[in-house]
Amino acid sequence: MDYPVLSTVIFLPLLGALLIFLTKRSSETFIKWTALAISIINFVLSLPLFTGFDKTTAAMQFVEKRAWVPAWGIHYSLGVDGISVLFVLLSTLLTILCVTVSWKSIKIKTKEFYAALLLIEGSMIGVFCSLDMFLFYIFWEAMLIPMFLLIGVWGGPNRVYAAIKFFLFTLVGSVLMLIGIIVLYLNTGKSFDVLQMMATNYPFNLQVMLFWAFFAAFAVKVPMFPVHTWLPDAHTEAPTAGSVILAGILIKMGAYGFLRFSMPILPEATKAMAPAMMILSVVAIIYGAVICLGQTDIKRLIAYSSVSHMGFVTLGIFALNMQGLQGGILQMINHGIVTGGLFLCIGMVYDRTHTRQIADYGGAASVLPVYAALFIVFTLASIGLPGTNGFIGEFLIILGGFATSKVMGTFAATGIIIGAAYMLWLYQRVFFLDINPKIQGCKDIDLREILTLVPLIFLVFWIGVCPNTFLSFMDVSVQHLIARVNTPVPQNLAQHIIEVIK
Amino acid sequence: MNIPFPDLSPLRPEIIVSSAAMLLLLLDLVFKNKGVLALVGVIAAAATLYLLPASYGETFGGMFISDSYSMYFKMIFLINLILTVLISLKYIQRQKAEYGEYYSLLLFATAGMMIMASAKDFIVLYLGLELMALSTYILAGIKRHDIKSNEAALKYFLLGAFSSAILLYGISLIYGLTATTDLYKIAAQLKQTETSTALLLSMLLIAVSFCFKIAAVPFHMWAPDVYEGAPTSITAFMSVGPKAAGFAVIGRVFYVAFQNIQPDWTAVLIGIAILTMAAGNILALVQTNIKRMLAYSSIAHAGYMLLGIITGTLEGRQAMMTYMLIYAFMNMGAFAVVIMLDKGEEIKDYNGLAKSNPLVAALMLVFMFSLTGIPPTAGFIGKFNIFMAVINAGYTWLVVIAVIFSSISAYYYLRVVMNMYMKEATGGEAVIHTSPSLGLALLISVVMVFVIGIMPSIVIG
Repeated sequence: MDYPVLSTVIFLPLLGALLIFLTKRSSETFIKWTALAISIINFVLSLPLFTGFDKTTAAMQFVEKRAWVPAWGIHYSLGVDGISVLFVLLSTLLTILCVTVSWKSIKIKTKEFYAALLLIEGSMIGVFCSLDMFLFYIFWEAMLIPMFLLIGVWGGPNRVYAAIKFFLFTLVGSVLMLIGIIVLYLNTGKSFDVLQMMATNYPFNLQVMLFWAFFAAFAVKVPMFPVHTWLPDAHTEAPTAGSVILAGILIKMGAYGFLRFSMPILPEATKAMAPAMMILSVVAIIYGAVICLGQTDIKRLIAYSSVSHMGFVTLGIFALNMQGLQGGILQMINHGIVTGGLFLCIGMVYDRTHTRQIADYGGAASVLPVYAALFIVFTLASIGLPGTNGFIGEFLIILGGFATSKVMGTFAATGIIIGAAYMLWLYQRVFFLDINPKIQGCKDIDLREILTLVPLIFLVFWIGVCPNTFLSFMDVSVQHLIARVNTPVPQNLAQHIIEVIK
Repeated sequence: MNIPFPDLSPLRPEIIVSSAAMLLLLLDLVFKNKGVLALVGVIAAAATLYLLPASYGETFGGMFISDSYSMYFKMIFLINLILTVLISLKYIQRQKAEYGEYYSLLLFATAGMMIMASAKDFIVLYLGLELMALSTYILAGIKRHDIKSNEAALKYFLLGAFSSAILLYGISLIYGLTATTDLYKIAAQLKQTETSTALLLSMLLIAVSFCFKIAAVPFHMWAPDVYEGAPTSITAFMSVGPKAAGFAVIGRVFYVAFQNIQPDWTAVLIGIAILTMAAGNILALVQTNIKRMLAYSSIAHAGYMLLGIITGTLEGRQAMMTYMLIYAFMNMGAFAVVIMLDKGEEIKDYNGLAKSNPLVAALMLVFMFSLTGIPPTAGFIGKFNIFMAVINAGYTWLVVIAVIFSSISAYYYLRVVMNMYMKEATGGEAVIHTSPSLGLALLISVVMVFVIGIMPSIVIG
């Protein structure tokens, strides 16, 4: 265990991508096995983060720091705390599943596909570990390139439109954040050090402006209402692995950004803007859920359900209390597992039928019994049935939401009801009713596919039954974060705020 | 009368380059194989690059100065020259434009740019500018039998002549006001005089003429036509060299001579920069010809670089210089790919390139993302550097405009990537003309794009 864990898990996939890129196009088997081997090794190498994590401190752990660009005060600085550590693990896990689910379905440009997948993995982990704003931005943006290709090259019929839309939405948000980063840099005595920024108190007006600059990037990524429109297109058109990465991890980066940067660096602005953020979250919850009821495309339905679920996450975060924040973070993990699982399931059946229309299905439970059994687990977890992970997350969030605002909590709860409606209705239309001739004779899922889903199912119940294993990771860090946001504002600043409000 | 012989050591780089240019004219008569000329040209450029740091000093009574500012630009010119020769070698053979004068003129143009960068006096500046301009007029029309190339040369010449005249008018006005053409003496004189309309007019005329050289809007009209008509290797040369030379003189003249009226020229340049970024990026969106698209993209990049000048700070000027160097590599790389793909110049000719030539497509992808400014490529470092300087100078709103246009630019760069990776080839496979020299140019460009992108320390500070 004497290796720099974080650097290794970031750069091993990048090296793997390079290796695959240099391999001959024709040796497809080698490419696939290399990708699988690297993703599994990377998962194993990331396990010390789970076993060796010290849950009693809010400080950064597994820290690495080296000077990188001294002229600009940039450091290569990595570290994880209770908020980010689980995302690193989720990333390494989901990448393995993305490789196995794509085993047979990716038939063209296999080499580039697996190279892109590993590039994404490396940069995603980089985003969760960076403790230097510049480094963070590099990973944040670099990921766009392989993701753009993943959607645009291997996606569905409307993939080019979806890829461009995804790219442009994200880019506009990101460059506005870039300005925010530079302003922050100049106001922190020319330092990109995130920890130093967390310890600095900025004037309130500056905080508010910076909050919106960061909001531009993070809200697009989450995605929050009303900048969510790229998501249904991107999720729907992306290949299965792309949808899993998008839903599982990429959109978490937005919410993670709020937690890691907006809240601790701009605490007063966060507090002031929290009501607005909560309203946007509740709108996303209900709007996303209602739209889901009208969808005819399975993947699009799940995509819109992500808008709704991410609304819960941001609601929890901006409730700014212990339950809400813990629920929000846990729900991010849950959503990664459950929606990732749902997209994997849809990909599997799509490989057989090549249609995503709900109307083309029906009676699948008798044709694909094993598949139906696994699918129902994810469906129920998505609804939030007690015993599954979804229940814990949503329960905590609503608890936190109520504590802050009764109205918000009430509205959010209706989102769960609509959620149950669209998910169960989807399950009924796909798996029950009469057998649709289009799925007649499909083979049930094979061992490779079952093995792809089993780890996620295991996690669904693990988190659902003993959530403390995971909540204990974030306890101290979240307390620390809340303390930071709720620190009493210095007198002159308070005066200033009152003036602004007037 | 005893005229002291001037110290020639600061002038050594210019002397080597122009002697080599003349030597090439002679060698042209001896050698049938023009590759030899190219080799001599590259060796001369490399030798100059090597000797560059040893040429510090002032000479000719302070009309010519070789300082770190001019040396940085000379380095860009020489890199530009070397890359241009490398990508030209086989291309001009294919285009049946392999005249010995080609390389000679490239060297002369470079010598002109080098003189511009070193000019401390308007007369020397004008000398260098004309040497550069005349050489590039001919180069643009070197495909004698091609009507588009002729059109490009004529257009470039006519408009270039206008801009030279405007520059002379501006210089004569400032001479009338201060009785000197020395940049530092002008600055000293202006400190003592009131700002007059004549002075502002002079500054405006000089700004217009320089903006013509860097193809800033609204003086950009020539650029797309000339870029499209000229041989691609010359387009590549022109999109970096004269632009860099233009920025070199802007950075010198406005920072030194017009120091006193900084608010005035800042106001002028802010307007021009915004227009340039807007028109360059928006017009690039609708282009179907890749050379025209790159022409508008180079206009847009001039807009970002102008932001560095607008700051009025040394940090901003530094950022502009770094951007220019980075731009040289990424733009040259993109043009090298354009030269390699001889199927056509339409963007749709790139359809399906990733399937037939994955490596070429991957290279183009890198250059396109670098031009967009996506990390971890050099293009990002360039933009980041400029934006940082501009925000530090207090123009955050300008950066907001710049990043919005920069996001718009993503669309037309992405379109090339999209065509290569996400569309099927139409009308036959692409023909790739590759050669060791072209490969070398591409290798240099792509390595520099990544090295600067990952280790920015080597170009900043």
